[in-house]
Amino acid sequence: MVMKVVVVGGGLAGLMATIKLCEHEADVDLISYVPVKRSHSVCAQGGINGAVNTKGEGDSPWNHFDDTLLGGDYLANQPPVLGMCEAAPGIIYLMDRMGVTFTRTGEGLIDFRRFGGTLVHRTAFCGSTTGQQLLYGLDEQVRRWEVEGKVKKYEEWDFLSAIIDEEGVCRGCVAQDMKTMEIRAFPADAVIMCTGGIGAIFGKTTNSYINTGSPASSVYQQGVYYANPEMIQVHPTAIPGEDKYRLISEGVRGDGGRVWTYKDGKPWYFLEEWYPAYGNLVSRDVASRAIYKVCRDLKLGIDGQDFVYLDVTHLNPEWIEKRQHGVLEIYRKFAGEEPTKVPMRVFPAMHYTMGGLWVDYDQMTNIPGLFAAGECEYQYHGANRLGANSLLSCFYGGMVAGDKVPEYGKKLKKDHRDISSKVFETEVARQKAKTESIYKLNGSENPYKLKEELNEYMMNYVTVVRYVEKLKETDKKILELMQRYQKIGVCDAGGWSNRTAIFIRHLWNMFEFSRAIVHGALLRKESRGAHYMPEYPNRDDENWLKTTKAKWTPDGPQFSLEDVDTSLIKPRVRRYDVRKDEVIKEEAEKEKVATLRKEEVVVG
Amino acid sequence: MKEVWLKIKRQDNPQAKPYWEEFKVPFTPKMNVISLLLEIQKNPVNAKGQQTTPVVWDCNCLEEVCGACTMVINGVARQACAAIVENLKQPIVLQPLTKFPLVRDLMVDRSKMFENLKKIRAWIPIDGTYYLGPGPRVSQSVQEKIYPIATCMTCGCCMEACPYVKKEPNYIGKSNYMGPAAMAQVYLFNSHPTGAMEKEKRLDAITGDGGIADCGKALNCERVCPKNIPLVSIIGELNRQTAFRAFNRWLFK
Repeated sequence: MVMKVVVVGGGLAGLMATIKLCEHEADVDLISYVPVKRSHSVCAQGGINGAVNTKGEGDSPWNHFDDTLLGGDYLANQPPVLGMCEAAPGIIYLMDRMGVTFTRTGEGLIDFRRFGGTLVHRTAFCGSTTGQQLLYGLDEQVRRWEVEGKVKKYEEWDFLSAIIDEEGVCRGCVAQDMKTMEIRAFPADAVIMCTGGIGAIFGKTTNSYINTGSPASSVYQQGVYYANPEMIQVHPTAIPGEDKYRLISEGVRGDGGRVWTYKDGKPWYFLEEWYPAYGNLVSRDVASRAIYKVCRDLKLGIDGQDFVYLDVTHLNPEWIEKRQHGVLEIYRKFAGEEPTKVPMRVFPAMHYTMGGLWVDYDQMTNIPGLFAAGECEYQYHGANRLGANSLLSCFYGGMVAGDKVPEYGKKLKKDHRDISSKVFETEVARQKAKTESIYKLNGSENPYKLKEELNEYMMNYVTVVRYVEKLKETDKKILELMQRYQKIGVCDAGGWSNRTAIFIRHLWNMFEFSRAIVHGALLRKESRGAHYMPEYPNRDDENWLKTTKAKWTPDGPQFSLEDVDTSLIKPRVRRYDVRKDEVIKEEAEKEKVATLRKEEVVVG
Repeated sequence: MKEVWLKIKRQDNPQAKPYWEEFKVPFTPKMNVISLLLEIQKNPVNAKGQQTTPVVWDCNCLEEVCGACTMVINGVARQACAAIVENLKQPIVLQPLTKFPLVRDLMVDRSKMFENLKKIRAWIPIDGTYYLGPGPRVSQSVQEKIYPIATCMTCGCCMEACPYVKKEPNYIGKSNYMGPAAMAQVYLFNSHPTGAMEKEKRLDAITGDGGIADCGKALNCERVCPKNIPLVSIIGELNRQTAFRAFNRWLFK
């Protein structure tokens, strides 16, 4: 029997999984909220990491692995991260073979730039639209499989829920056609969630309009654990805007851009001063906290406002234009100034979700047959993601899922065709009833305004700095919004392409995820990576070197803790003011002294 | 400026009759057309003070890399996210693209552009995703030439501007022209060393009905392309190549 798999989401992870599945001769139904070529992966700018080591710097996958763990403050399970870093050079070469237009060296090789949290040139890039170019590369290959008849695309369909049979095994999913509003089942032997991040919860985000996290939240409410929900990355450099915060790639700093503000009337390069070893390329959480400190605590933002400068005016304008045309154009268009002449005004914005659906090393969630890959799962970035590792983790997660799902399929005793039609009908009926209840909402609340209120709290209290009291206040606010949800007026009764009704569904799912994020943050009584609590300012490995796992209950999230696999590298103190080899040396010395002392005690 | 005056062409579904609705939206500096539509979502009341439905439109990245939010703004096809209100004459008139089937309000179905990419075999024929080392080397000058073409986001601006791409629905005309975007992709894949191995197949795909000969050289496409792809010279070059191929076929048949 040919295996049938549903892939939900057509970004990098979903497309990569699809290609692998086709190579394993499975049939794929590819469900996507937008035409796959418009997925949020297009927004990635700076590049993709892989220790190809073409610059004579002695880089290696192990070094990449070490930087990734350190960047993530050791919260990631180590074996899959090592797997990813080892696969990285091969992934870059694969994309090269697919015709991706990587920027080149004079010899015609792929060029590499520096990125945050590392001291070497490890990031391959296509100008500053790397995500777009990589996505197109995969999109083209999937189209080829579509022509072969192996893939059927369902674009502009909204994922509603997984279909789980009485044995607790996933047998497909339910989705809705966003034009006709038809709701139907997609029976399958496995489902892979590749549904991306949750930026819409925070509002001031570099994420796309569609990134509500609704599908992932939906399966969370069906019993999938949501791991490390509190780990939310805030990118240090974005252009504030009414509709979105537009990213200015870390690659701009990788190419020599400097961050500064005025102090005593003179430019103050605070990152370079505070972190001499990594300078402007400290890890993102560190840079965002520094900018918050400068603007909010020291009140030294430009013109007293929430801005600092990101400066490329000292660089050769032609050279930087070639390498960063995409982002410089974005700045010109949306800020209306010339970035090669005037420094860019930037401020941190919510950027990435390190936490996500809990998966095992085969990318399978705790529900058999339900897999996840890409930003919607939690596996590769720990407490903070290194720049240019997201594209990589999407590819790698998609590859692993695409290889492991067929293995899972071979072990299945029952084919989806043998499952009683009742299983599918029940879930479809449940989803239809839920949707009907949305149509019936006829109160006075506007759903889009409720989202705005959620955004305000989540952005102000659950991002860079987290105070216990404020977190509790936010949870209360979410509960209040969940009450007011019942009083929404749909303001659109249309039975055709009713986007408001779809948005209302997503809104509820955003509330459920928000609660998990806030509760996770309240639970983790330490500061690690992106999670910073002034009341608990230090990392606490003894108690909190643990994955937090949220389980949905009708009364709110319930948490359990899981040990982190640190079998390959012992967690070190995380410093960006000195080079990591010096930290390693220092720690080794300390350990030596400690053992000597111990021996002295024994001898004494 | 306190308020922005907007006129939007609306249509509830493909069969319904289109109608115009006007809105007054509070102005904030540097706002774009997307922000206007987001404001209407939060307060769906038209200029006459009547309650209405939120406008339906397509958008995603909001930074002009995904191509979703293309619409006709003051008569020109472009991305709504990059249309800054301060630079637009009022009333700002929003209409859906006319070369694609309408879904609702400003949202259209551009799937035929993706279908075109199938016809022209817009991919590199790799053997598989297993490890086979790096791809062919590419010089800086070639990369700089093809990279802009690879940034085509299938947004549909060139289709809208091209008088030889037929209108929807029920247009009675002769041309089935695939449009400039597909032509540029033929050029892109034929420029790649591995892609060039299927060069002839792609040239054949644009020879005949819907192909390059349907281009009447109105030159509108290049003017509206948000990525500044040199569509005119690409189409010129492909014209030469298809002619050469036809001649060769005749010579060696």
